[in-house]
Amino acid sequence: MTAVSIIGSILIIIGLWGMLTKKNIVKIIIGFSIIDTGIHLIIVSVGYIRGGTAPILDSTVDRARVVDPLPSALVLTAIVIGLAITALMLVYAVQLHRKRGSLDITAYKELKC
Amino acid sequence: MIKRALILIVVAVAGWFLISFTASVPEQETLPLLAEQYVSQGAGRVGSANIVTAVVVTFRGLDTLGEVAVLFIATAGIGFLMRLDTDKGKRRTRTPASELLQTGSGFLIPLIILFGVYIFLHGHLTPGGGFQGGVVIASAVLLMLLARTDPRINHTMLRAVESLSGAFYVGIGVLGLILAAGFLDSRILPAGTLGALASAGAIPVIYSLIGLKVGSELVSILDTLHNAE
Repeated sequence: MTAVSIIGSILIIIGLWGMLTKKNIVKIIIGFSIIDTGIHLIIVSVGYIRGGTAPILDSTVDRARVVDPLPSALVLTAIVIGLAITALMLVYAVQLHRKRGSLDITAYKELKC
Repeated sequence: MIKRALILIVVAVAGWFLISFTASVPEQETLPLLAEQYVSQGAGRVGSANIVTAVVVTFRGLDTLGEVAVLFIATAGIGFLMRLDTDKGKRRTRTPASELLQTGSGFLIPLIILFGVYIFLHGHLTPGGGFQGGVVIASAVLLMLLARTDPRINHTMLRAVESLSGAFYVGIGVLGLILAAGFLDSRILPAGTLGALASAGAIPVIYSLIGLKVGSELVSILDTLHNAE
């Protein structure tokens, strides 16, 4: 349990709370982004080695003292995907506002049975 | 009221899961076996000083190809959703940007683009790479869109850069299948000395192509959103 993973958990909880309580679609998207960031922090913290440095090697870096490169690579992927998904969601929000003139999630009842 | 209570319960359960998860992951003292292999082989056989780049481009190159594909699909979706009603809408006249922004952007845009190219060319040596460099290039275009009243982006050029870099990326992957051990194997070019600019086989080439592709995709997202309003 490291400080980074605790901060990541707090961010996930804040984002989840925001997604569930807020009515504005843009705020829900912001909540999603906060959850995304928290997940990235937790994944990075899983790969931490005590006293480790960044896995960028030269003659002065001890090869047994670098952090696990695999979670960092996965987060690199996840950040770009998160950017694309956030942009797509914002465009959906813009289109919803254009067609129906409302960003309030309670105004959209089609998915309720 | 019931809704509030339900939300509280959901958040509490999620928090409990997260706390038990983070408490169950111990802080490691040594590298796991797989990571040790990545570090030794990434420096040895692949020849990349930045091990994260070696993992992203070579060991898990297929994931990166999929990621570029997801980014492309998202860009296509954004373009499709925003294009639906832009052609019938009349173009709004924009108020010109301030003198400060116009002069400053003319000075900064070439430097920012140069910095983006630097980031993706040195992806195998320093922190950074194709994705980061592409985003930096897109930020230069964003500055241009903010500063000019009527910016024109050459769409033919944008589309050519994007599709050619994607095609060359897959082509290099297939070359790895023929000349080296497998699809997207970077050892089709010599590994060189660790830490030199021309080292790590095809990694600088692949990352430059990824940088161009990501940059042009983000520029087209920005352009679509800019033209829509």
